[in-house]
Amino acid sequence: MMLPYLALAAILFSIGLFGVLTRRNTIGILMSLELMFNAVNINFVTFNKFIWTDGLVGQMFAIFIVVVAAAEAVVGLAIVLLLYRNWQGIDTDHVSVMKW
Amino acid sequence: MGEPGIVFWILSIVILVSGFMVVSLKNIFHCALFLILCLFSVAGIFILLGAEFLAAAQVLIYVGAVAILMIFAIMLTSNLASEKIQQSNENVLVGFFVCVTFAISAVMLLAKTYEGVWGRMTITEPLPSQNIATLGKYLMTKFMLPFEVVSVLLLAAMIGAIVLARKESA
Repeated sequence: MMLPYLALAAILFSIGLFGVLTRRNTIGILMSLELMFNAVNINFVTFNKFIWTDGLVGQMFAIFIVVVAAAEAVVGLAIVLLLYRNWQGIDTDHVSVMKW
Repeated sequence: MGEPGIVFWILSIVILVSGFMVVSLKNIFHCALFLILCLFSVAGIFILLGAEFLAAAQVLIYVGAVAILMIFAIMLTSNLASEKIQQSNENVLVGFFVCVTFAISAVMLLAKTYEGVWGRMTITEPLPSQNIATLGKYLMTKFMLPFEVVSVLLLAAMIGAIVLARKESA
């Protein structure tokens, strides 16, 4: 019965989406993104267990997602530090230079 | 395949409550701590689903590296005692409406698809018993090219982070 796992992943994804849409703090947005990545990983592993593909391909995909999420977090936090150095604040409404 | 047991329900309640705390608390440092709890529970879900290596990697990479990196960034960008650590959300009502709609429609869609398609495709044979050995074989055979590409991606991310965070004058 894989439906509870999929429902858990969908709700966790929605919580992350809520965070990305409403947070004003840049680090808060990055943390919500991590929640969404985790929801996607739960989905991959669930399908790998309950619907036969070929061995552990779903888990392999999830591992690559973890790697990409780590790279994304590193670059994102470097950008956050740069923002803080230039604007003395990391709220998204401080960063409006490219808005017209 | 039976119903998921009591462990699954406990873990999912912990995941959902701590996930909601991550997106709703005012103090961003507390948010980071709840994020760690949430990622730990997701590792538990991975173990329930027979992905032992992924659970270990989740604890090592997310809890050990990404969450600590978040806490470092929080400490570097705001004084813990000051008001700056407080954060607020905007457009909460609109965001809440969008996300609740998304969640309900996604769950209904999953239930329908499960009835129609996936329920018949569900298999009963177990996963390969040697989780780590199988994954290692995949990395050296079927997933050789993605493995190399992802290492280049990690190198690029590292160089990019160094270049971004470096002081201009140095």
